[in-house]
Amino acid sequence: MPLHIEGVCHNYGPVAALDTIDLDIADGETVALIGPSGCGKSTLLGIIGGLLQPTSGRVSLSGPPSADSLNPFTYIFQDFALLPWRSVAANVALALEHRGLGAPECRERVAAALALTGLTEFAAAYPKQLSGGMRQRVGIARALVVRPSVMLLDEPLSALDAQTRELLMEDLLAIWAREKSTRVYVTHNLEEAARLADRVVVLSRRPGRIREVLRIDVPVAERGRPEHTALLIDVHRRLWALIRDEAATAEREILNV
Amino acid sequence: MSERRPVPFRGGGFAPTPRRVVPWIVFAVLIGLWQAASSSGLLPSLFMPSPAAIVRALYDLWIDGTLMEHVTASLKRIVPGWIIGTAAGLAVGLAMGIFSSARAAGLPIVSALFPIPKIALLPVLILWLGIGEPSKVATIALGVFFPTVISAYTACDSVPRNLIRMGQSFGLPARDIVTKILLPGAMPGILAGFRISASVALLLVVAAEMIGAQHGIGAFVLTAGNLMQTDQLLAGVVVLSVLGLLISWGLGAIERSVLRWR
Repeated sequence: MPLHIEGVCHNYGPVAALDTIDLDIADGETVALIGPSGCGKSTLLGIIGGLLQPTSGRVSLSGPPSADSLNPFTYIFQDFALLPWRSVAANVALALEHRGLGAPECRERVAAALALTGLTEFAAAYPKQLSGGMRQRVGIARALVVRPSVMLLDEPLSALDAQTRELLMEDLLAIWAREKSTRVYVTHNLEEAARLADRVVVLSRRPGRIREVLRIDVPVAERGRPEHTALLIDVHRRLWALIRDEAATAEREILNV
Repeated sequence: MSERRPVPFRGGGFAPTPRRVVPWIVFAVLIGLWQAASSSGLLPSLFMPSPAAIVRALYDLWIDGTLMEHVTASLKRIVPGWIIGTAAGLAVGLAMGIFSSARAAGLPIVSALFPIPKIALLPVLILWLGIGEPSKVATIALGVFFPTVISAYTACDSVPRNLIRMGQSFGLPARDIVTKILLPGAMPGILAGFRISASVALLLVVAAEMIGAQHGIGAFVLTAGNLMQTDQLLAGVVVLSVLGLLISWGLGAIERSVLRWR
């Protein structure tokens, strides 16, 4: 569903974190938000999903409301945010239990989400028994089970090792080919942005402003092909050129927390 | 090619490895030494009876029923006192963990009253409730209440904020966030608090019974001391130690079954 971010500003006390963010995201589009640490990208994601109240500005959806979606804005978290005392299936079911669906429908939806993420045989396992990659797959299944209109991914692969990250990128692309949500993907990993996003929004240092919006013209599904390798390297290089200096400055900053 | 020198091993050590027999050997040696010292007359039996004498005293107390009489009297104070104190402590502590206003209201009072040794309140409670059972039960309940409040609200604080954010992001109603996320997440801290409050209850029952009771292990130990019956006195202490072990074993079993997910 088309998503509109209009004049969003956010202050933490006297510190301005976000300054006048204006961004329209088309239906079914994947937008990556990147920027140096402390640029407010996670803050922006929190505002989009209604977990944070912006100091000013607003976020809205347009188009006919989706009858199918139980939770229009749905997060996937960096630390997975699974309940350790619930099994995989029960963690996924948590998103449905309060929606007043019948037990058979709940079970059916959970089974479908687990199948889509390759977790069917892990349904009874507990999070502590799973690898980081499998835990994040549970997080993805829990998001899919409510059929979100907008999927908000907050550094979803940042807690994973490089190989698992590759595997999950492939999984995400396969899942996105089958379900039609709009996605906002926060990351500090340039490669994830170049591989997964239709557009990459580069934010500046605090206070975060939109510095550049880079459209990648090759469809995400085709980016794995060898002939596009050069393009991905070029995108990566351009993104790095945009944020290198600010990342270096941000790195040398003394934090007042 | 020059000579190959193997890298010397310098790891290992310090990592705890199980040694199952050692504790039993230490136990046996200590008791054996003690018994030997008593039998040889090195320890005067009036001040330090031999292990055998303590076992004999325990056996006699068991046979003539006085042991169970005193244990029952103590349990009749501990159990209701602990249950009342825990129920009230959980109610207040969880309210303080969940509602900021309850915390703002409760924290100063709890912090001010927590350090008071609750046994000091027994005379006041006797004045209010009489010399009988209610004043002893109330002392235990008060002693259990404050640590329970503190463990309950710190247990709520220890639930990762991100899990609560996750619940909010999936639109869980506040009631569900409390019952499905906050309470299960706080359970390890609450159960750890039970261990502390149980030991407080045991301590207070003995102290209260020493101040004014006919029956109960505390009263029994005090009387035995006054009569110089040291074998009986130490038998009472052994019973207390067994009682403490049983309580902590029971709580451990509860923890293992409730917190199986850990």
